[in-house]
Amino acid sequence: MPSFGAVIARRERILRGGGDKRMHRVPATCADRTPYNNPTMNPQPMLRCIDVHKRYGKLEVLRGITMNVERGEVVVVIGPSGSGKSTLLRCINHLERLDSGHIYVDGELVGYRQRDGRLIEDSEPEIARKRAAIGMVFQRFNLFPHLTALGNVIEAPMRVKKTPRREAEERGRGLLARVGLSEKVDEYPSRLSGGQQQRVAIARALAMQPKLMLFDEPTSALDPELVGEVLDVIKSLAADGMTMIVVTHEMGFAREVARRAVFMDSGFIVEEGSPADLMSAPQHERTRLFLSRIL
Amino acid sequence: MTLALEFDFEVVTRFLFNSQIWHGARVTLQVAVLAQIIGVALGGGFALLRISRNPFAKVFSGFYVWFFRGTPALLQLFILYFGIPQLFNDQTLTNELTKYRAAIIAFGINEGAYMTEIVRAGILSVEAGQMDAAKSLGMTQMQAMRRVILPQALRVVVPPTGNEFIAMLKNTSIASAIGLVELLQASRLIYAVNFKIMELLVVAAIWYLAFVTIFSVLQAELERALAIGERERPETLFSRVIAIMGGRRGI
Repeated sequence: MPSFGAVIARRERILRGGGDKRMHRVPATCADRTPYNNPTMNPQPMLRCIDVHKRYGKLEVLRGITMNVERGEVVVVIGPSGSGKSTLLRCINHLERLDSGHIYVDGELVGYRQRDGRLIEDSEPEIARKRAAIGMVFQRFNLFPHLTALGNVIEAPMRVKKTPRREAEERGRGLLARVGLSEKVDEYPSRLSGGQQQRVAIARALAMQPKLMLFDEPTSALDPELVGEVLDVIKSLAADGMTMIVVTHEMGFAREVARRAVFMDSGFIVEEGSPADLMSAPQHERTRLFLSRIL
Repeated sequence: MTLALEFDFEVVTRFLFNSQIWHGARVTLQVAVLAQIIGVALGGGFALLRISRNPFAKVFSGFYVWFFRGTPALLQLFILYFGIPQLFNDQTLTNELTKYRAAIIAFGINEGAYMTEIVRAGILSVEAGQMDAAKSLGMTQMQAMRRVILPQALRVVVPPTGNEFIAMLKNTSIASAIGLVELLQASRLIYAVNFKIMELLVVAAIWYLAFVTIFSVLQAELERALAIGERERPETLFSRVIAIMGGRRGI
């Protein structure tokens, strides 16, 4: 199994030397990463959320979220259900429109452009282009059931980045090997366990070489004995310096991997801090109550 | 009162492959297949309009379904074949619009209304998470539709479409009302001469049943082919035959 570093290095060689002009639509920073993000080259935070509001009808789900995520940082978001964690992730890659506020990923406003101080929603291809740089892993995997594991992984590189099939397949196999699924390349999702499906989903997101990965309760739909294999993959991504936001209830995982934990409740960030501090000495009553229920 | 059954099987076998009957059967098959193709194409297009965000497209598609589902196919056929040429009073149009073409177009447009609802249901049956996943990978709405949503919707769409096609095969007999010599009309023309009414109706029935049977088998094969990625794929006639033959070879 090739190391992930080797896969990335090969990917970068291909990117630099690629004769295909369309390849240059790949975000420029992809080739600059060593291996993912190099803080010294770009001091700007990977993610900036500024006073983000989102409502569904009368229900205000996000009530002014402001947060930064630095390059290479892993942030864990915890909080009771309905606190807006998933909605925040969905807003970050513009699966939901904002009601107000700004979200910047790698310095670029997501989903909108600014004109005369007003926000105007981007055109659809432009939204798609920005989304391609943000990987997302869903609670319920959302693999494409009519495609094999490899088919799932190569679909977006081929359609969106116009990567030639052979190249996409070679990289896809590398990514599936990376998540420990070399044997399952040609299996359909219905024949994979939940943990295997989620690992394919992670490989699928990585295939687009994202700058930022969003995990929306990636282990909540899994049987307990399958949680570990998925968390191991996420941990190794963290070790490689991937910038990630992980919504999870796995406190042990949070403590081990995340530099920062954010506690959300009813659309606000109640408090944040190192996972260990947040868990051992929560400042707010609401945090204490929540932690006492899940720990 | 005596019951005199006068049914001559020999007449049935003689007329089963009669050239007029055969010609009528071919017309029935051609009209049904071409009209169904038009219907599927229109249904796909109007279904996309109906689920689009554009309010004008939605209303337009809704109106189409409302009108063509809301009036009888026979009425629509009369409008196309008798009404429109009179309205435009154009000789070329009258000449070009043969009974055969009028039947295909009218049944096709009528079918499109039903197919719109079937395709729309198929698209809605695909989990919302599929669109989210496709979009999160940077696909545009169109790419996601074509590569992710429609292939999955197809599985849901095929069984009711098969139903529609079977109904279509039989409903082509409506076109006998404008004098198109399809299967039923062909048999009627014959019994008008030889008075073997029951025998010729049985001949027509045998042909309809044969067509429907063949298409039911083909539909089952198509459904099996589309069940790719499913844990259990439906058994079909051919898959069983292949399994049996393979099994024997194994011994």
